[in-house]
Amino acid sequence: MSNDYSSPVLIKHKFLTPGVFVLIVLAVNGLVFLMGRFFFGLGAVTHLNNQYPWGLWIGVDVAAGVALAAGGFTTAALGHVWHKEEYHLIVRPALLTAMLGYTFVAFGVFVDIGRWYFIWHPLIMWNGTSALFEVGICVMIYLTVLYIEFLPIVTERFIGNVNLPGFLSRMNKPVDRLLRVLDRGLSKTMFIFIIAGIVLSTLHQSSLGTLMIVAGYKMHPLWQTPVLPLLFLLSAIAVGFPMVIFESILASRSFGLKPEMHILSKLGSMIAPLLGVYLAFKIGDMFIRKTFVYLSEVNTASVMFTIEVLLGVIIPLRMFLSPKVLKSPGLLFTAASLVVLGVLINRINNFIVAYSPPYSLHSYFPAFGEFSVTIGLIAILILLYRVIVMNFPVISLPGKQKAAQTKYTIKGTK
Amino acid sequence: MSGSSRRDFLKTSALIGAGITGLSISSAKAAPKNILSENRMGVLVDTTVCIGCRQCEWACKEAHDLPAGNIASYENREVFYNMRRPSENALTVVNQYSAGKGSDLPVDVKVQCMHCDHPACVSACIVGALSKEENGSVIWDTDKCIGCRYCMVACPFQIPAFQYNKALDPKIMKCDFCFERTKEGKLPACVEICPVEALTYGPRTELISIAKDRIKRDPDRYIDHIYGEKEAGGTAWMYLGNQEFAKLDFPEPGDKPAVGVSESIQHGIFAYFVPPVSLYALLGGIMWINKHRKSSDEEEK
Repeated sequence: MSNDYSSPVLIKHKFLTPGVFVLIVLAVNGLVFLMGRFFFGLGAVTHLNNQYPWGLWIGVDVAAGVALAAGGFTTAALGHVWHKEEYHLIVRPALLTAMLGYTFVAFGVFVDIGRWYFIWHPLIMWNGTSALFEVGICVMIYLTVLYIEFLPIVTERFIGNVNLPGFLSRMNKPVDRLLRVLDRGLSKTMFIFIIAGIVLSTLHQSSLGTLMIVAGYKMHPLWQTPVLPLLFLLSAIAVGFPMVIFESILASRSFGLKPEMHILSKLGSMIAPLLGVYLAFKIGDMFIRKTFVYLSEVNTASVMFTIEVLLGVIIPLRMFLSPKVLKSPGLLFTAASLVVLGVLINRINNFIVAYSPPYSLHSYFPAFGEFSVTIGLIAILILLYRVIVMNFPVISLPGKQKAAQTKYTIKGTK
Repeated sequence: MSGSSRRDFLKTSALIGAGITGLSISSAKAAPKNILSENRMGVLVDTTVCIGCRQCEWACKEAHDLPAGNIASYENREVFYNMRRPSENALTVVNQYSAGKGSDLPVDVKVQCMHCDHPACVSACIVGALSKEENGSVIWDTDKCIGCRYCMVACPFQIPAFQYNKALDPKIMKCDFCFERTKEGKLPACVEICPVEALTYGPRTELISIAKDRIKRDPDRYIDHIYGEKEAGGTAWMYLGNQEFAKLDFPEPGDKPAVGVSESIQHGIFAYFVPPVSLYALLGGIMWINKHRKSSDEEEK
């Protein structure tokens, strides 16, 4: 991949800040409850029961996790398939978010399934009629593809830089040569993985929507619709760029960098049409199935639906149409955060709020342990992001393209 | 992009296409067992006959190695104050309801897995751990299950239960229609113990005609509805009653199998892998055109 428009560098910054300290505390708290789950079973840590088999972990860690990692495939499509090179500098941070996000999703599944030691079963035991099987296999392959897409960043970091400690230093040359071979091979074949990543994403983003269809009448009519897969796909595509903006501005602030507003504004201008398409299908579906009648009564479902659509789609849609919002980092961040929050609420609604079993002996509200594990995993994810951008060339510094260019001529290709 | 890599591109794309098509053929073989035999068995539950003695609950636990306790303790009728549901500790339970037409006696309803003809759980299970067997039973395979609990999400009758309090080897617990017992020619434990013959075990088609016959012979005793004949596409366990089944807390899942919509969507997206492969080709084409345009622009410069 050419580096004409972006030259990612290692971010130099103090690792431990008060914010990082808080994250470490949250992570440790999550890990304690996670141990409880593995030593004493799901019942010890969660409020899940026979009426509500899926809870916060599936709704947030898995469903929302997959959706919010959509920045990876949407920016890959923009940067590589549509070949808009000016966006290359956001491809890597988005790729890293997607890679970590999907790792977190896979780990979330591992934690949630009762028989975690059989997590590899779907690889050899296939059930073609199961939407979950489709999601599982696609996520597994896509996670592998994401790691492969990340490999060039690793080779770029270490080519000409291999410095193994002690007696392993004899291996420096062979390892360097291996990395160069890998790098050359990858740069020739990367297009296969990039397209595969996009196809796999569209497949499982939509199949995630098919998941709840089988629940039939057990799901509230405001959400239960045969076009659920399409709504999931459209919302995933719409949340991709907002997530990139959200994460980019957050990272810039955390590292004391200037946000890349010239790119982020352009990215922001594409969000309104994408959100518009999603909204059109969502509202259209509502009118075709006449489910708006359920909005006339005030209950958890109607309130959550209204919040999801108003706060998560309509308000940010209006915001992204305004040039003022696109130019201001603060407003852009707010609008992007609303979309992210909206999709998060949508997935929670679909998997938890909408699920209303006929015999509800105990209602479900996530336990403290469930919140702890989810928040702990997110904290670990952010910490890993920090460690990686400080040790691998992921983020491009503004206005340093020219100088950095020469630094990487060391790379064997192109 | 150079000429050789363009050829590479086409070659690899073709290879991937071929690979995926191969995959779809093997996946057809890997589907779980889902047999709808002509002679599948069923049970007809006559709720107007059941006396709520709950001996079936005891027999079921005994047959499935669950702690059953003393059979005399099942005479305690205080349990009827609250609705109970099958759980990981009891695969079948009896609930009591107020009297229906033609009788002053309370109505007792035994609840267990309905053993659907088109089971949502079998369709949904990620690894095919659930299967519909030739004798009509829907059973669970401990060697396959990963404990994802999607079957519980899918079940229209809210039946499968999960052992949440086991760290290792937690199981999905549900009525297995006494698969092991019937294989040996024995009756299901609940049918065998029932002192009033409220449960009739037999081929499903015969049970339907028996049920219709009973309704015809005694129209004052029964309402004209066999619950399970059509519900959720038909179930192996069917019920007769003297009042609307909704009043007896039966769900109304409709007559179509729960699996219909989701399977047709799933098959639509994956129709012989044509949509994903076409999307792959399309994206590849767009990528190639954009790259080509860029490089020819540069040449002109």
